[in-house]
Amino acid sequence: MTIESVETKYMKSREQLMRSLLNVDRRSFVKVSAAAAAVVYAKGLAFPHSFQPVTVEAGGAAGGPDAEPFRFAYVSDSHLYDKTLNDRFVRSLLRAVDDVNALDPQPDFVLYGGDLAQLGQPTELELGAQILRELKAPVKMMVGEHDWYLDLGEKWRSLFGEDVYSWDHKGVHFVVLNSVVEEDFWTARGLTPMERMKTVAGLDNRSQSNFQVGPAQRAWLEKDLEPFAADQPVIVFSHSPLYHLYQPWNFWTIDAPEVQRILSRFERVTVIHGHTHQLLTNRIGNIHFHGLLSTAWPWPYAPEGLPELTVQMNRPNPFNPQDGCGDGHVEVHADGLVDKVYNLWNRNPVTVTRAYLASNGLQSPPAASNVASY
Amino acid sequence: MNESPIRAASVLATGALFVSACAISDKSTEAPQLRAELCDGETTVDLEKTPTTREEGQAVADAMMAAWSAKNPDADWESDVRSRHWIAPAHDNSALLAAGQGSGVPGRAFSERDLLVWKRETERLVVEGARIFHSGDELGSTIAVSCDMCHPDAANTHPETYPKYQVQIGEAVLLRDMVNWCLEHPVRAPRMTEDDPRMRALEAYMIAQRTGTPLSYGKH
Repeated sequence: MTIESVETKYMKSREQLMRSLLNVDRRSFVKVSAAAAAVVYAKGLAFPHSFQPVTVEAGGAAGGPDAEPFRFAYVSDSHLYDKTLNDRFVRSLLRAVDDVNALDPQPDFVLYGGDLAQLGQPTELELGAQILRELKAPVKMMVGEHDWYLDLGEKWRSLFGEDVYSWDHKGVHFVVLNSVVEEDFWTARGLTPMERMKTVAGLDNRSQSNFQVGPAQRAWLEKDLEPFAADQPVIVFSHSPLYHLYQPWNFWTIDAPEVQRILSRFERVTVIHGHTHQLLTNRIGNIHFHGLLSTAWPWPYAPEGLPELTVQMNRPNPFNPQDGCGDGHVEVHADGLVDKVYNLWNRNPVTVTRAYLASNGLQSPPAASNVASY
Repeated sequence: MNESPIRAASVLATGALFVSACAISDKSTEAPQLRAELCDGETTVDLEKTPTTREEGQAVADAMMAAWSAKNPDADWESDVRSRHWIAPAHDNSALLAAGQGSGVPGRAFSERDLLVWKRETERLVVEGARIFHSGDELGSTIAVSCDMCHPDAANTHPETYPKYQVQIGEAVLLRDMVNWCLEHPVRAPRMTEDDPRMRALEAYMIAQRTGTPLSYGKH
């Protein structure tokens, strides 16, 4: 007779349940979930904490295809140097990985929002890959300019695969773009790869080009979205904001208006971007925009161009290590719109709800800062 | 040996290096070789004949400047920094050139040249500050962190709010005290003395970037 450990029995029952969930609609899912719960109760077992029956929301208010509610987490902008050179940024990324691994329930996946490395060096990217492997949930990678401009993406792609891709998850179509494409400013000046990298790595360095998605990716995006009807929920990830905020710091994507035009036929679109290292909220037409926090350092708010819907996070306190940094997650609702949770380290988390954006700021505004920027 | 200095050319090179006089020595006693010497006393260019036209003189000067530039690749550091970073321009003092301004008061009548010197020298200190602000190496960081990583364009350095009581330090401090705190903590570099040329340049840059902002010392 085979003796099975408690863990094996648990994994088997879980596996059985997951198999039974395949190809069932949401209504059935609730039944199956309840049935599984009943079985577990009947056996006199407690729920393991990561295996709670979930509440499933009613269908989307906007009609059309509904998403199944779920959450995904994010970690972004870790700017790793070699661990022997700078341990601070390494510790911060480790903290974010611990945060995400402690989420209960676990997220369906983790978005890494770009700028894993500071100077795109193989050792930096490998260190980042090594740390991100500790995440329990699957990781979706996005590239940032700090990852790219030493070898124009060669090492990054060898570690993480394509930089532009899409997939479907629980009724939502996800797209990852490479929005940090810069026009060649280095050849004519005869810059070495490291000089090119360091130029792009300076946020306020004016001797570089601006970011763009570029015509090739825009054509790809149009084709990728072609099969979908206007009521399809779409979530797009881009490293730089897909709108024009502040050009001198590349809080800017040149062809953002063209990308917005491609997305504008969809009723429920969310764009989530890294690069700005701060709480940032915008809405253009139907497109909802959210920024990501950095694990390494917060950027100041741009001196001009801040979107009206942005409620600034409190001014970071330099005496408080990691203040203004953090990670977070995104709750995707049945209507395909999202609540964005900023998990600010050392502070209360801030949630920017879909109701806030859908009502153009009239409903449920996030708590306003009492220590504004200078 | 006969030295026969000839004023061959004067060149205003990019980067404001002004070559005012050059010497051409006719070493006829040794060899029929003409040699032009730059005013640095080191750089020379051999000539086939004595330049007689402006064009020929200019060609000699260009050749000498090219030789000098090759030996001093960082000479144009200022425009190099300016190409990378935005530097707020110094105050426009052209009102001082208005007719009658300062007339009759010794030392108070200014020329365009005065204004140019003031601007160039003042902004050079600010540009030097920008260079240090953006360099972990110049700052002495042991972890490759520089000021601009939290303060692009010196944003949120708010020099206009000092002196102020810095709660976390527990006393009234000046901007330079906060710079030293940042050096020791986020930057992990040794402190600078108050008269360190780097500290003076850093202060100059931060203050320059906030030009137009009203002073409000003690502001939190």
